[in-house]
Amino acid sequence: MTEFFAQWLPYEWAWTVATICGVLLIALPLMLAVAMIIYMDRKVWAAINLRRGPNVVGPFGLLQSFADGLKVFLQETIVPSAANKGIFILAPIVTFTVALAAWAVIPFDAGVVLADINVGLLYILAISSLSVYGIVMSGWASNSKYPFFSAMRAAAQMISYEVSIGFILICVVLWAGTFNLSDIVEAQRGHGFGIVNGYFFNLLLFPMWVVFFISCLAETQRVPFDLTEAESELVAGYQTEYSSMSFALFWLGEYANILLMCTLNAILFFGGWLPPIDWAPLYYVPGIVWLFGKILFFFFMFSWVMATVPRYRYDQLMRLGWKIFLPMSLIFVVLVSGYLMFTRYGA
Amino acid sequence: MIHAIAFYLFAFMVIASAVLVITSRNPVHSVLWLILAFFNAAGLMVLVGAEFIAMLLVIVYVGAVAVLFLFVVMMLDIDFAELRSGFVKNFPLGIAIAIVLLAELVLGAGAYKAGALKLGTPDGTATPLPGESNIESIGALLYGQYLFLFETAGIILLVAMVGAIALTYRGRKMQRPQNVTKQVRRRPEEAVVNTNPGVGQGIEL
Repeated sequence: MTEFFAQWLPYEWAWTVATICGVLLIALPLMLAVAMIIYMDRKVWAAINLRRGPNVVGPFGLLQSFADGLKVFLQETIVPSAANKGIFILAPIVTFTVALAAWAVIPFDAGVVLADINVGLLYILAISSLSVYGIVMSGWASNSKYPFFSAMRAAAQMISYEVSIGFILICVVLWAGTFNLSDIVEAQRGHGFGIVNGYFFNLLLFPMWVVFFISCLAETQRVPFDLTEAESELVAGYQTEYSSMSFALFWLGEYANILLMCTLNAILFFGGWLPPIDWAPLYYVPGIVWLFGKILFFFFMFSWVMATVPRYRYDQLMRLGWKIFLPMSLIFVVLVSGYLMFTRYGA
Repeated sequence: MIHAIAFYLFAFMVIASAVLVITSRNPVHSVLWLILAFFNAAGLMVLVGAEFIAMLLVIVYVGAVAVLFLFVVMMLDIDFAELRSGFVKNFPLGIAIAIVLLAELVLGAGAYKAGALKLGTPDGTATPLPGESNIESIGALLYGQYLFLFETAGIILLVAMVGAIALTYRGRKMQRPQNVTKQVRRRPEEAVVNTNPGVGQGIEL
C-alpha cells in the first residue's frame, strides 16, 4: 500500500498514510464483526436453550447489536462521585485500545498483515498481558466493593492462565522455528501426514491445543471461568459502576479479545489462511475465507461452551491453572523440544 | 523524520512519567505512571532495533512485576501524611544517592566519549548479522557462549524463590484441604439414602 501512496507523496509520508489506512481497514471491520458476533452469540445461546433470540430489529434481528449500541450511545455517562475520575474514565479506553492493538500483527492472508514483525507472537503476549490493567484500574477507581473484588479475581486469573498460555506458545514456536505469525502459518502447510494443514494434527501439539482452548476461555473470562462477572456474588463485576459509552467500550473490548483468541486458535493450530486439506483446488478459495471460517467455527465453540457448562468455583479455577495446566504444559515443552532435538536438530 | 519524532516522543514520555512517579500524591497513580515509563522505554528499544528485549520488557515488567506492585499498593491502606513526613528526614540520603548515580553516569558517558569504552560487539560496531534475527543471535549467545552463566543465574533465582517460600511458609496444621479426586469419585449411591420412616419413628444414621 505504501507504493500506492508513494506516487503522490514522499516515502515517509506515504508510509504514514498507508499505515493509518491499514489501521482503519482492520479496526472498522473489526468493530462491525464484533457487533455481528454479539448477535451470533445470542442466537447460538438461544438455539441451545430452545428460544428464539433477538428477532425484532431488522431482518432476523440482524440489527439488534446496532440498536443496542445506539441506545447505549444516547445514555448519560455517570461517574460516581467517590470514584477516582481520571482512572475511572481511562480504564475502558485502555481495555478497548489494548484489544484493538493486538490485531496489528495478525496475518489475514499470505502477505496481508499490517506489521510483519519477527516477534509477532511475543507482541501478542505482551499486549494481552496489558489487558489486565483496564480491569484492575476500573475495579480500583470505582471505589466500590464488588468491582474491587472482581478486579482482584480477574487479575489473579489472567496472570495464572497467561503462564500456561506462554508455555503452549513456546511449543508451537519450537515446532515452527519462528515467532513470526505468517511463517508459523506457512510452517503448517502439509504438516499432518502431508495431507492436512495445521498443528492440530500433531500428536504432541494436539493436547496443547486442548489446554490452549480452555486457557483462552479463562483468559477472556468466558463461562465457565467468568467469576469476575458472577452475578450472584459480584453484581456485574468490574463493570458495575459503568454506564453508557464507557460500558460499551468494555463490552467491545471483551468481544474483540474473544475474536483475537479465536483467531490465535485458527492461526497457531489450524493453519490460518491455509485450507484444511493440502489439495490444490482448495487453494482457489481466497485464504481470508478459510481464516474467517475457522474464526467463526471457534467462536461457535466459545458460545457453545457458554450455553452448556456451569461456572467453576474460584479455588477450582486456580487449581486447574496452577496444578494441572502449568505442569502439563511444562512437560510438553520438554517433550516437544526433546523430540525436535532428536529428529530435526540432532547432529 | 518519523524516527526522530518517535524518539523524542518516547524519550519525553519516559522522563515525564518518571518525574510523575515520584511527585504524584497517590501511590496507585505512581505505579500507573511507572507502567507508562516502562512502556515508553520499550518503545525506545524498538527504535534502536532491539525488538526482542522490548517485548520482554513489556511482558516481564509491565505484564507481571508491575501488576504485583499495583496489587500490593491497592491492598495497602497507606496514610499519605505519614508517608510525606519521612521526606525531610530522608532527604539528605536521597540526595547522596542521586549524586552518586549522576557521577557514575557522567563518568560512564565521559569514558565512552573519550573512547575508553566500546559498546556492542568487541570491535565497537553493533550492526545486525545478515539473515539472522535478533532472537536467534541472543539465543546463540545465551545458550552457547554464556551457557554456564545463564544456567547459574537460573539456579540463583530458583534458590531465591525456594528461600522466599521457606521463609513465609507456616505449615497447615488446622486445615482440612479437600481431596479433589475423592470428591469427583463420589457417586450418588454412596451419598444419598432414600428412607421412608414411619410417623414418630425417626431414623438412625
